Amino acid sequence: MTAGATVPAAQSRRWRESDEARGLALISPTLLYAIALLLLPVMIVILYSFWSQDYLTIDRTFTLKNYQEALFQPIYRDLFLRSLSISLVVSVTTVLMAYPIAWYISFHGGRNKNLWLFLVTIPFLTSYLLRVLSWKVILGYEGVLNTGLMASGLIHEPITSLLYNSNAVVITLVHSWVAFAILPIYVSLEKIDRSLIEAGRDLGDTALQSLIRVVLPLSLPGVISAFLIVMIPTVGDYVTPKLVGGKDGVMIATAIQVNFGRAANWPLGAALSVTTMVLVSAAAGMIVLGFRALVRSVR
Amino acid sequence: MTDEPMIRIEGLSKAYGEFLALDDVSLTIREGEFFSLLGPSGCGKTTLLRLIAGFNAPTAGTIAIDGKASTGLKANQRPTNMVFQNYAIFPHLDVAENVGYGLKRLRLSRAEEARLVQEALDMVQLPDLGRRRANELSGGQRQRVALARALVMRPKVLLLDEPLSALDKKLREEMQAELRALQQQVGITFVLVTHDQYEALALSDRVAVMFNGRIAQMDTPMQLYQHPVTRQVADFLGGMNFLDSRILDETGERLTVETERFGRLTLAKPAGFAAAGGRATVGIRPERLRVLWDDERAEHEITGTVASRAYFGETTSLAVRVEGLDAPLSIVETNNFGADGLLVGAEIRLAYDPDALVLMSDLR
Ligand SMILES: Nc1ncnc2c1ncn2[C@@H]1O[C@H](COP(=O)(O)OP(=O)(O)O)[C@@H](O)[C@H]1O
Ligand SMILES: [Mg+2]
Repeated sequence: MTAGATVPAAQSRRWRESDEARGLALISPTLLYAIALLLLPVMIVILYSFWSQDYLTIDRTFTLKNYQEALFQPIYRDLFLRSLSISLVVSVTTVLMAYPIAWYISFHGGRNKNLWLFLVTIPFLTSYLLRVLSWKVILGYEGVLNTGLMASGLIHEPITSLLYNSNAVVITLVHSWVAFAILPIYVSLEKIDRSLIEAGRDLGDTALQSLIRVVLPLSLPGVISAFLIVMIPTVGDYVTPKLVGGKDGVMIATAIQVNFGRAANWPLGAALSVTTMVLVSAAAGMIVLGFRALVRSVR
Repeated sequence: MTDEPMIRIEGLSKAYGEFLALDDVSLTIREGEFFSLLGPSGCGKTTLLRLIAGFNAPTAGTIAIDGKASTGLKANQRPTNMVFQNYAIFPHLDVAENVGYGLKRLRLSRAEEARLVQEALDMVQLPDLGRRRANELSGGQRQRVALARALVMRPKVLLLDEPLSALDKKLREEMQAELRALQQQVGITFVLVTHDQYEALALSDRVAVMFNGRIAQMDTPMQLYQHPVTRQVADFLGGMNFLDSRILDETGERLTVETERFGRLTLAKPAGFAAAGGRATVGIRPERLRVLWDDERAEHEITGTVASRAYFGETTSLAVRVEGLDAPLSIVETNNFGADGLLVGAEIRLAYDPDALVLMSDLR
């Protein structure tokens, strides 16, 4: 009996002294913080999404009517689709623009790689709002682009389709996120053993084939992270559509904000938020699988 | 066989900034030859191999492969394939995909490609590893995959950059024998880079010994070992007892010298020999000195005292102090006559054959 009792005690002491326990102890402050500030609000939002609200009183009986509204009201369906498609277009464009830059820095940056990376991050020394607003200055009716084109005689009256639509949102978001996409792609390119590229060339690859068959597949992890880093936050972006999107550029975050604010329908706002999260996760998963399949097909 | 060599290199130099990694190298390699580039780390072996492969462009000089000038041709346009020092196995592909990598371009049928891949895997004696990836292979297996991947392309020249240096001793020796057998089987010209003199001697038809970006001597393994032209080459290829000597007479190809203890010798002049101040360096390999036991007699004998000894199991190395010589003579004896029983301080007699002594230039 005594022997039986000492074994678990010894085991628990051994566990307390293990690397695993030490690791947990080490991260526990941050872990608790993350749980408190991330998991808890999410739980609350999920709870709210199953309740209902009548003016200022919350009715805590379980209901699915918020989800019904979120999924089947045409206005919300359109907003979801627009948010997803804008964020997809932004992610694709951003990654397409970031890849050559990351590639250039990694393969031709020479001794100045760090300088190049620093230059890439310079726009981030200014505020996000300023950067978005500066696009207003560029794309506006009497903006830099229009006055420039008018002065050069290419157009005779200002183009009105530049600002206050989803294109303006895409342009602004791509600019906001491109540096965040460059970094993970750059890191994965840096990790590629250069002799692998030479081996490919030695076995007959042209420079382009080597890019497609060796560099691209081996930098895929960076491309996927870049894609997700851009896509996930842009789906729910609020500031950019508000400032440059106009009526045609409204995205789902605006509807969520309205429900939590003026419309005072927290449960519907919560259901819209949860649906956004689920949709984004599903889209992210599908994109990861899609990339994998794409790379497998070019072997 | 034609007269045109497989590789003809003339006046090849490669500079990195101010630094000359390769300095005016000329050589020819015959078709089907097993040729080695031997030298200490940093002497320019990899640089030369990469110039042949087409990864870098020379600063000066030309390379012709199979009679065709290769100036301006990239690696993918040359009939050479390389086995990299770190093997460079593609981590995103499995074994068969690695081996078949270069075949994809040929647009063969799936069955034909699989057959060629299997043939190459058999050739390097790689057992069926299925869909295993590069990071799931042992060092020896990677080496075989790299070899198969290059051989499947049927190159005119196979370039190998220290392919065995990452393997442990036992596996390395096994692979050396396999590499030699493989080369004879496929008949492809091999150019091997190595810093291991035993590897170069054991595998090659000819060896180029390199120092500081230049070729010091290029010859068959036996010629190199027995008739090194400089002190530096002799030293790099194994132990050597160096003896100072005074030049007495010079007649065309031969030189007569007077050496302490070894007496008057008439020796062949090595290529490019230059005497300095009437003195010359003569050498004899440690294993060419033999211990005489009991009342055994030899025509040429030297007596000395054992100054130190080292036991290596199959052999014993002795340092023997001899009157009149500055440095003790080092000798290597196999242990079947009792050399392992010799103690420091023992008086011994040594026999040698005067033909075993060689004359060298004094370059260090
Ligand atoms: N890309 C390079 N830039 C500058 N120096 C180099 C470069 N590659 C090689 N070297 C130098 O050239 C010399 C020869 O290198 P290498 O051919 O790799 O020697 P080995 O293969 O014989 O060990 C070394 O001193 C090395 O530092
Ligand atoms: Mg090297």
